[in-house]
This record gives sequence, structure tokens and C-alpha cells, in this order.
Amino acid sequence: MAHYWFALWGIVFRELFRFVKQKERFLSALVRPLVWLFVFAAGFRAALGIAIIPPYDTYIMYEVYITPGLIGMIQLFNGMQSSLSMVYDREMGSMRILLVSPLPRWFLLISKLLAGVFVSILQVYVFLAIAWFYDIQPPVEGYLWILPALILTGLMLGALGLLLSAFIKQLENFAGVMNFVIFPMFFMSSALYPLWKLQESSEILFTIASYNPFTQAVEFLRFALYGQVNIEAGVFTGVAFVVFLVIAIIGYNPSKGMMKRKGR
Amino acid sequence: MSELALEVKQLNFSYGKKQVLHDLTFNIEVGQCSFLLGPNGAGKSTLFSLITRLYDQDKNNIKLAGIDIKVEPLKALAQLGVVFQQTTLDLDLSVRQNLLYHAALQGISGQKAKVLIQQQLEQLDMFERQNELVRQLNGGHKRRVEIARALMHQPKLLLLDEPTVGLDVASRESIVQHIHHLCEQTGLAALWATHLMDEVLEGDQITVIHQGRVKATGQIDKLMQQTKTASLSQAFFALTNNRSK
Repeated sequence: MAHYWFALWGIVFRELFRFVKQKERFLSALVRPLVWLFVFAAGFRAALGIAIIPPYDTYIMYEVYITPGLIGMIQLFNGMQSSLSMVYDREMGSMRILLVSPLPRWFLLISKLLAGVFVSILQVYVFLAIAWFYDIQPPVEGYLWILPALILTGLMLGALGLLLSAFIKQLENFAGVMNFVIFPMFFMSSALYPLWKLQESSEILFTIASYNPFTQAVEFLRFALYGQVNIEAGVFTGVAFVVFLVIAIIGYNPSKGMMKRKGR
Repeated sequence: MSELALEVKQLNFSYGKKQVLHDLTFNIEVGQCSFLLGPNGAGKSTLFSLITRLYDQDKNNIKLAGIDIKVEPLKALAQLGVVFQQTTLDLDLSVRQNLLYHAALQGISGQKAKVLIQQQLEQLDMFERQNELVRQLNGGHKRRVEIARALMHQPKLLLLDEPTVGLDVASRESIVQHIHHLCEQTGLAALWATHLMDEVLEGDQITVIHQGRVKATGQIDKLMQQTKTASLSQAFFALTNNRSK
């Protein structure tokens, strides 16, 4: 059992250390949502009127509405970025060192996932701290409640990235997937506009957005930030996590997934 | 019969319909330094991927220190140290951090990890550089760190996939000597894939593979005798030249 702990510690430590060293990565992870918050939200404030919808009990500023969506965005990018680094690692070889260590693959992949989630949570709290000075001040307990939600949503989005990395052979393909995954997921969700607004324009888009795991993750975070639990969104996110993870593990299994397709 | 560090028995492997390994059979004894010679595309890298379990195989054809890698993969992998052809170190971490990471993956931590890291780095004259970033090291030093890493958990078999490619003569020589010394002194077995014949020393075991088949096994003089040639290079050429089959 100790072996597992040491390995988990080693993998998390490595990811954290790399993140701290790569200052540009930290900065861009922070600048992206802040630009959306300071620029996009300011511009759209007038265009989008937000009705009173749960978990909010009063009229809110648009900036307040999109904050959970931007938290989701941080985690979505982080999930994709860590899978990008896995594709890179695989091409460069350091993934091999991980995969030839005497531990089950599922454990190695989950550890890698947890390491990525840990990094994304740090990013989120720094973002929330800056947002606080911009008058986005959810209740104090929200900062605590959001932590378990962040772990679950981070795991789900990380598992999605892991799944993609298992089936992408080269970095070039990955750039395409970023466009086909990140942007559709983000725009077809409740991150930027409430679903009822989307429904007014298109029933199809509304349906897609309702089943988009990213929507569910954002709603789970939104309620958690206000000290509430959106059970439906939580269960959806949890189920999506398990499904993505299982497919990713199969993808990395030498006798079943990617490796099988590469050789035999 | 001597104890075997690696046993490969009737190993076949295909990429789709293309069969790349045909009935590959060879052994490496404990303490033996064994070379795998073969031209590009001979199947060396595929064989390494199978031994390291990056690829899977259908049957129970590979045993590491007597452990079947299909039946007990984790126990088998614990017996293995690997130096891949490409550098697999984390360039943004220091030498010591890279080794600590590997130690953690092998289940070694704390004082024991420190002692083992120091031991391995001292043996390879790299202890003084333990706090340097890997990015700042030259190719030869990076290789030494990778060898230290591969040996840190005291494996029974060390796999080296063309570890000296791109290194200067002095670095190559020191690596060749170090590995031979370890095989003689500690009972470590090594499987070393290379194109460079001068890395093979008298007494080393050689397995020549070509187009996924074992063409010959034995020591230098046996191969020269078998092919009626005067050097290992000529013997290798004779064995891997299709016209002379």
C-alpha cells in the first residue's frame, strides 16, 4: 500500500513542480478567464439580461453569472492541457517511464488525473481571489463548498482529456481536437448564458447543451459556490467521470486499447 | 542450467497483418551482458516494447527473472530497468528530482531513496551535479542520469535501447565499461540494442536479429566461425545481408 502512496505523491509532486516552473502556463491559465471576466462580460452586460434563477436569489451582474462558467473553463483547459502533455510525454518518451513502473495502469492514470486536478484547483482559487476584488463575492462558505465540487468536475474534465489522449497518436491531431472539443463544449453550455436563453433561440441547441457534461459541471460548481448542492448536476458529472475514465483506462490498456491497435 | 534473467520463447508479433517477429527465441543468463544486433526495422524496438509491456502479447512467451510478464506483470516489471533510445528525463526538473520521482514510482521513499540516489550518482560521477537542471546537462551526462535511474531500484535485468547514440567517444566508452563492470560484479544482466559493434566485448553474448528472426546467437568468435568472417562487423553483414542467406 505504501508503494501506491509514494507513487501518487511522486506524480502529484512532479506535476505541481512542473506547473510552478512553467510560469507562462500559470499566467495564461489565469489571464484567459480574467480577459473573459473583465472584457467579454463587461461588453455583454448590457446585451444579456439575467432573470432571477437558482441559486441566485436576486438580480445579478453578468460577471457574477459567468464566474462559475469561467471556473469550469479553467478546469476544462487544464484537463485538455494535461492530456496534451500526455500526448507530448508519449511522443517524447517520459510517459513510457510511467507506464513501465510496477503499478497497475489504472492507478497510474488516476494519479496523473489527480495531479492535474490539484493544479487546476490552485488556479481556480487564485482566479476567485482576483475576482473577489472585482466585486464577485460569493458567500464565504461557498469557497469551502466549491472544493469538493472542483475535485469532481476536475476529475470529470481531466478524464475526458485522458480519454482523448489515449486515442490521439500525434500532437498535430490534438490541435484539431482542441477546436472540436473545447469550443463546442464551452459554447454549447450554460457557462455564458442560462439554458432558457438558449432555448429561446434553438430547441436543438438547448437539448445538446442540457446533455453536455460541461453544462452539468458548471451548474454543479455554480450551486456549490453559493453553498448549495445541485444533486442532478452532481450525479450527471459523476457518471460522466466514470464513463470517461473507464474508456480512457481501456484505451491505455496494452491488450485492449491504443496499444492493441498499434501492434498485433 | 544457469539462472535466467530473461527468457524469450517462440515470440511472434504482428502490426495488423504484417508480422514483425517470427518465433523469436533467446535467453539471457544472470550476470550476462547480451547484445541485440540488427539493422533498422529488424524488430528490436518492438521486442523492447513487448518486454516492457508497452505492447501486449497473446501467449506466455516472455519471462523476467523467472516471472511470466503476462501472468504477473507488476512483479515482472519490478525486475526491470530501462534506458530508452530517446531521453525520457524531465528537462525542467533537477537530476535529483528526476530520480526522486522514479524512486516514488518504484515505491522507494525517504532515507532509502536518498541513499540509493547517492550510490548510483556517485558510481557514475554525477553526484556533484545532482542539483543541476537536466536541461543544462550535455548528452553524455543525461545518459548517465538515465542509467542511474534505471538501476536505482536494483533490477535484475537492464534494457538499453541504443543508449550511446549521439554521444562522444569518451562518454560512450565510459558507459560501455560501466555496464560491463556491473554485469561482472553485481550479477546484473543487460540486454543492449546497438548498431555500434565496438561496444561488444569479448565474452559478451550476441543475438543477431534480422527481419524479425534470430539469425545467430553466441559470442564474437562463434559468430565469426559460423559466417567464416574475420570480424564481428563482417559476420553481422553476412548474417543480415539477404543475398548471403
